[in-house]
Amino acid sequence: MTGASTRKSPLTWVVHISALILVALWVFPTFGLLVSSFRTGDQISTSGWWRSLMTQEQQLPAKRVEGLETQKDGKFVIEGKLFENAGTVVGAWGISSKEPRAFTPGASADLGDGVSISVASDGSYVMSSATTLKDVRLPRIFTTAQTPPDPTIDNYNNVLFNPEAGQGVGQAFINTLTVAIPATIIPILIAAFAAYALAWMDFPGRALLVAAVVGLLVVPLQLALIPLLQLHNAIGIGKGYMGIWLAHTGFGLPLAIYLLRNYMIGLPRDIIENARVDGATDFQIFTKIILPLSFPALASFAIFQFLWTWNDLLVALVFLGAGDKELVLTGSLVNLMGSRGGDWEILSTSAFISIAVPLVVFFVMQKYLVRGLLAGSVK
Amino acid sequence: MNPALQGLMTIIIGVGGCVGYFFFSNIVLDKFIFPATGVNAGRNINRANQVRPWLFLAPAIIALGVYLAYPVFATLWLSLNKELPGKAYEFVGLANYQTMFGETKFWESMKNNMLWLIFVPALSTAFGLLAAQLTDRIWWGNIAKALIFMPMAISFVGASVIWKLIYDTRPDGTDQIGLLNAVWLNFSGGPFSFIFLKVLPALLLLAFAAFMAYGVYLALKPLFWDTDKRGKPQWWAVPLRAVVALGSAYLLWLSLSSVFNVFGAELPYGKAQTWLTIPFWNNLFLMIVLVWIQSGFAMVILSAALRGIPEETVEAAVIDGANPFQIFFKIKVPQIMTTLVVVWTTITITVLKVFDIVLAMTNGQWETQVLANYMFDKLFRSFDTGVGSAAGMIIMLLVMPILVWNVYNVRKEMR
Repeated sequence: MTGASTRKSPLTWVVHISALILVALWVFPTFGLLVSSFRTGDQISTSGWWRSLMTQEQQLPAKRVEGLETQKDGKFVIEGKLFENAGTVVGAWGISSKEPRAFTPGASADLGDGVSISVASDGSYVMSSATTLKDVRLPRIFTTAQTPPDPTIDNYNNVLFNPEAGQGVGQAFINTLTVAIPATIIPILIAAFAAYALAWMDFPGRALLVAAVVGLLVVPLQLALIPLLQLHNAIGIGKGYMGIWLAHTGFGLPLAIYLLRNYMIGLPRDIIENARVDGATDFQIFTKIILPLSFPALASFAIFQFLWTWNDLLVALVFLGAGDKELVLTGSLVNLMGSRGGDWEILSTSAFISIAVPLVVFFVMQKYLVRGLLAGSVK
Repeated sequence: MNPALQGLMTIIIGVGGCVGYFFFSNIVLDKFIFPATGVNAGRNINRANQVRPWLFLAPAIIALGVYLAYPVFATLWLSLNKELPGKAYEFVGLANYQTMFGETKFWESMKNNMLWLIFVPALSTAFGLLAAQLTDRIWWGNIAKALIFMPMAISFVGASVIWKLIYDTRPDGTDQIGLLNAVWLNFSGGPFSFIFLKVLPALLLLAFAAFMAYGVYLALKPLFWDTDKRGKPQWWAVPLRAVVALGSAYLLWLSLSSVFNVFGAELPYGKAQTWLTIPFWNNLFLMIVLVWIQSGFAMVILSAALRGIPEETVEAAVIDGANPFQIFFKIKVPQIMTTLVVVWTTITITVLKVFDIVLAMTNGQWETQVLANYMFDKLFRSFDTGVGSAAGMIIMLLVMPILVWNVYNVRKEMR
């Protein structure tokens, strides 16, 4: 807030509305994916997700009459229901694709040979005939109906626990966790020690090292792929978790050192010098004073590194491999987009599973994330 | 071994190893190599304190050296060599670069990368600034900020899926499930379409053109009108300013000529479009994904910078009768200029490395290739290490100015 200087403008509502539009623009895409992940494949591919939020009238896919015939009042009867969704209300129905809206609910259609069929407004149908229906070709029913929102969690069940449908998204989830957690924790300690040395110890070449860290901060990691893969192969690590943990550690270090050093250098000098006077060694100062005080900075780096390793595709593809067993979530998403690009129910559900964890981390730890961003950028 | 178990072990070994290394190396240093006892006690303490920083730094220096510094040189070397069967290499000089410069795909990537470099940082910073200005004035600003910031947590691949749903196309006559097509089909060529698809873009282009004109003016001002108290610019700034001025002038010309094209273009109203296959425009559709992700970052940082502006400066301007636009552009923007530069460069670096979005959405088809994906193609699909590394060196070369600038700033700060 710029405070008193900005007088309460009569145009405040313009600000509110503009902000609302901006927020809506930014939230809508993700929201669409979330909504889609709770719809069946049929629903996704026949209508936009925004329609599923309210009751909508649309023409539904035709369904063939099915079921066993029973005898009632001397007639042969087949009864059944067209919809599983209980709130669906039929507006019109028909028995041919040419006239899908020929009849109103409750009306009876004559199919000839004494066979008739009627559809009630709740989607239940009765087909009746004077003679047996065994040899009659059962008709298809076309309906135009009002369908209320009908969320389903089948997609999540399918993708997570059915290896066939999900193409191993469950496995990929575990792989991603296995990559991300060690790759987040290991660099912290290495970086913390280095940052302490760069912030509070005096030695020749310190300025040069800080400059080097800042320089390495922007080196594109694309350059590292082939040389490091060759190196890993040469020293026997090859492709695997060890390699990717080491790689993520190396790539995360410049940011970690930079963030932590910026934070540590702002800690009060008195505390550290008093401790020195009292005879504490550097190691003690570091573990007893610096580390606890630096918790906010450590937390913000940990979040960055976790988000980055969880969301990474390139490093995982190269250092872990692209086989089914070792795919991470991002990798399996790319595969799904390629091989089953049309299966939106699987794609949207998998995508939402992959972004759910970072989103939770983000909303819970947002304070530290913002603090870290500011420490790293505003100078 | 189960990878999860292996992960747990690695955490324990890694963390324990680090703690152990730092603890024991310090003991060894103090007790055995330079013991603080005997006749040399004083000298030994000093020596130990000279060595200690390097003990603290050693793991980090080794990791940085092996994982970031070495690969730069190794890639340079690989780009000058040709891989022969059987892990042998033959020095070929600049032949790889020549091959690369001869490929149309490379030039397409360069062109697209330049587009990305212009649009994404500019749009992200602009949206970020707008969002920061708006959210700082309303009571629900923090919620709004969190929601706009949220895409930062989403992976590039996840974001690609999200946006692919928006760009999805169904055959004409059936219900569209992609938001963009659903909106597009509402335009029919009437006055409404004219305002939104002709007048509005033209106005945006004109605004951009004005901005670029201002850029030319800013770049050239110190060269011709020596109004600055700091005196003549330094010699190395002259070519730099000339390049900036030329670039801005080119963009100015481009945007002005586009205004005419906007009015001349015939738009295919009423037909569902496959957005990602329309050359040139599909690049913009890919860029929007990154802008969507990066705007929140720009907003958070710029909002902090805006709040850091001393109130007196704004108050003084209000008393002097400045209008809101003048306050914003002449009082606020100059004070957050350094932050703007930081945001701009940070996003620029992200843009140069962009790979996932292109891979996931088009894989470089329909003229959307970018350098990082081109490099990945060369390295891991056609297994051409030489050309792939050469492409990598081009990315490095593009990053270089920012690297130098950052290092220069840090050195200045530390003095």
